[in-house]
Amino acid sequence: MRLKGLELYTEHPEAEFAVSGHRACQGCAEILGLRMALKVFGKDTIMAMATGCMEIISTPLPTTTWTIPWIHIAFENAAAVASGIESAIRILQEKKKIERKDIHVIAVAGDGGTSDIGLQALSGALERGHKFTYICLDNEAYMNTGIQRSSSTPYGAMTTTSPPGKKSIGQSTWKKNMPKIAAAHNIPYVATACPSYPFDLFAKIKKARTVNDPSYIHMLSVCPTGWRIPPDLAIEYGKLAVRTGVFPLYEVEDGRYRITYSPEPLRPVADYIKGQGRFRHLKEEDIALIQNRTTAEWEELKYLCGLR
Amino acid sequence: MTTKKGIEVSIAASIAAQLARVEVVAAYPITPQTHIVEHLSELVANGELEAVYINVESEHSAMSACCGASAAGARTFTSTSAQGLELMHEILFIASGMRLPIVMATVNRALSSPLSIWGDHSDIMAARDTGWIMLFCENGQEVVDSIIMAFKIAENRNVLLPVMVNLDGFSLSHVIEPIEFPSQKDVDSFLPPYKPLYSLHPDKPVTMGAYAMPELYTEAKYAQETALINSKKVIIDVMAEFGERFGRHYKPVETYNTENADFAFICLGSINENISTAIDELKSNGKEAGLIKLRLFRPFPKDELLAVLKDKKRIAIVERAMPGGAANSPLYNEIASLIYANKLHITLENYIVGLGGRDVHPEDFIDVFDMKIAAKKDNNNYNVIGVRE
Repeated sequence: MRLKGLELYTEHPEAEFAVSGHRACQGCAEILGLRMALKVFGKDTIMAMATGCMEIISTPLPTTTWTIPWIHIAFENAAAVASGIESAIRILQEKKKIERKDIHVIAVAGDGGTSDIGLQALSGALERGHKFTYICLDNEAYMNTGIQRSSSTPYGAMTTTSPPGKKSIGQSTWKKNMPKIAAAHNIPYVATACPSYPFDLFAKIKKARTVNDPSYIHMLSVCPTGWRIPPDLAIEYGKLAVRTGVFPLYEVEDGRYRITYSPEPLRPVADYIKGQGRFRHLKEEDIALIQNRTTAEWEELKYLCGLR
Repeated sequence: MTTKKGIEVSIAASIAAQLARVEVVAAYPITPQTHIVEHLSELVANGELEAVYINVESEHSAMSACCGASAAGARTFTSTSAQGLELMHEILFIASGMRLPIVMATVNRALSSPLSIWGDHSDIMAARDTGWIMLFCENGQEVVDSIIMAFKIAENRNVLLPVMVNLDGFSLSHVIEPIEFPSQKDVDSFLPPYKPLYSLHPDKPVTMGAYAMPELYTEAKYAQETALINSKKVIIDVMAEFGERFGRHYKPVETYNTENADFAFICLGSINENISTAIDELKSNGKEAGLIKLRLFRPFPKDELLAVLKDKKRIAIVERAMPGGAANSPLYNEIASLIYANKLHITLENYIVGLGGRDVHPEDFIDVFDMKIAAKKDNNNYNVIGVRE
C-alpha cells in the first residue's frame, strides 16, 4: 500500500552526479542510494563528506567520482564543514561576490560518522538551523575499516569488534534511533529511506531539498560485504528490512510522523535475519527477542503516526 | 592621520579582523580568547561587520566550519586558546594540507592538567608542526598589524596556507595598550578582497580533500612543505609593504641591542618586553646583553637567525613550555640543531619561565645574565626559573 503525498516520481531522473569507475564493492547499496539522492539534489549541490566507505571508494588522488563540488575534511565533522560552506555561500551571495542562486549544501556520513563520532557536530548544525540536508548512509557498522560495530549495529549482529562467543551474543545493544534524535531537534524534515524503494527515496530527497532549514535523511544501505550476503541480494535485503518492520519507511514533517510505505502485515524478522551471515549464530530464542522488539517498535511508530 | 587609542588588546584584535573584512567567523568560547569572539559577534550583530558568525558547538567544529567556509571562498577567521587548540589539533593539519588561507588568533594559554586558564606556550608548542605559518606578538600593536598582514600572506597565490597569530593570554590579551588603527581605506588598499584559486561552487565543480596512496602522499606533503618554506619570501615582502604603507616595520627576526653584545636572549611573545627592560637595566650598569625576538616561528627563519647568532658567544633560550621529556624545550632544540648544522661554537642555556601564568620579572633575566641562575649540569640541561622543588 502506497500512502499519499509522495507520488512525485514514477521514473528515475536521468541526471548523474556520481560517475562510474568508483571502487565500491559488488552489490553496494550505499553508492546506489547516494547516486539516487544526487539525481534529485541536482547540479547546484555542494557535498561535504565524512571519512568512510563513500569517501574512500570515490576519490583516490588524482581521480574523482563526483561531478558536483565535493569536499572531505575528516571523519566526525561533515555537518560542521557543511555549516561553514552554507555560511560562506550565503555571505558571498549577500555581498554579491558570487551570483545569487539556489545552491544546496549536503553533508554525507556513514552510521559511525553520524551516530557515534559525528553526533555532536550534527546536533550543533541542526540546532543552528543551517539550510542543508544531512544524509546518514547506514550500513550498520564501520565497514570501511573492516566491519567493526557502531551504535547503529543491530542487536545480535556479528562484527569484528562484537564477535559472538561463549560470553557474547555478538552486538549486545539495540540500534540507536538516529532519526528520532534528529527529529528531537525540531527540524522541519526527517525521513528514512532505502534504495530498494527508489520512488519513495526520490520524493523524500525532493522534500529535503525544498525545506528552508536543516533536513535529515537516514538511508539504510545494505552492505553485502559486511552483512555476509550475496551481492545480488542487496536490493532484496533492503526490501526485507522494510517488510519485516526492521527498517520502516517514514517521515517526520514539522513534527508529524507519517509512515510512507506500510508493509503490513509484517513478515517475520526471521525472513530478514536467517540468510545473513552476520546473524547466523543466533538461536531461535534470540530471533524471538528481536521479533518482539521489532513488533513493539513498529507499534510505537504507528502510535507516533496516530495510527493506533 | 591616524591617532592612538587606549584599548584592550583582545578588542583590538577583533577590530583588526573587522578591518580585514572577514566574511565567516566560526568560534567557540574559551578563556582567555573570549573577548575577541564576543566583540566580533557584537560587530556582526550590529551590522558593523558584514559576516556570518557561526556559534559552533566545539573548537573541533570551529576549525571544521572554517575549512568549509574557506574552501567555499570566504575570508575566514577564528580564535582559540589552549584546550581549544588541542581539540582542533586534528583539523589544523587538514587546513594546511588543503591549503586553506584561514587566519586564527591563538591566545596562548597553559594546557591541563592541572587546569590553568593562565598564559604560557604549551598550547602552541604542541601545535607547532601543523603546517601553519606562525607569527608571535610582543604587544597589541603587533597583534593588530599581524592579523591584517596574516590575510595578505595567507591568501597570496604562492602561499595559500593558514596563518596563526599568537598572543599571550592575559599578559597581552587582557591589557589595555595605546594602539594605532589604520583606516579602512588604507587596509582595503593593502588587502584586496580574497579571490580564491579554486572554490566549492556548482559552476566549476572541484573535488577537495581526496586521499593519497603511498605513491602520491610523499609528493603531496613535499609540495606543501616547499610552499611553507617558500612562504618566508612572501612574509618578508608583506612585512616590507606594510612598513612602507603604515610606517611600522617588521621582520621575521627582530633584535634589541644585539650589535653591542656577545650574549643574547632568544624568546617568543610578550616576555620580550620584560627582557628589554632587563637589558636596559643591565646597560645602565655597563653590561651589554642583546635580545633576539622571533616574530616568525613557522617557517623557522633559519637564515635570519643565523645572521644574528653567528658572532654570539652565549645564548639564553627563554621559553614558556616544558620539554615534555625532550632533551630541552622546543625552541632550544631547534636553535641547537641550527647551530650544530652551521658548526657555530655558542654556549646555549635553556630557561623555562612563566608557566601557567607565573609572573616573570626583569630581575630574573638580570640574574640569568650574571649567571646567578646557573644552567643545570645534570641530565636536565634546562632550568625552570623560580620552581620550588
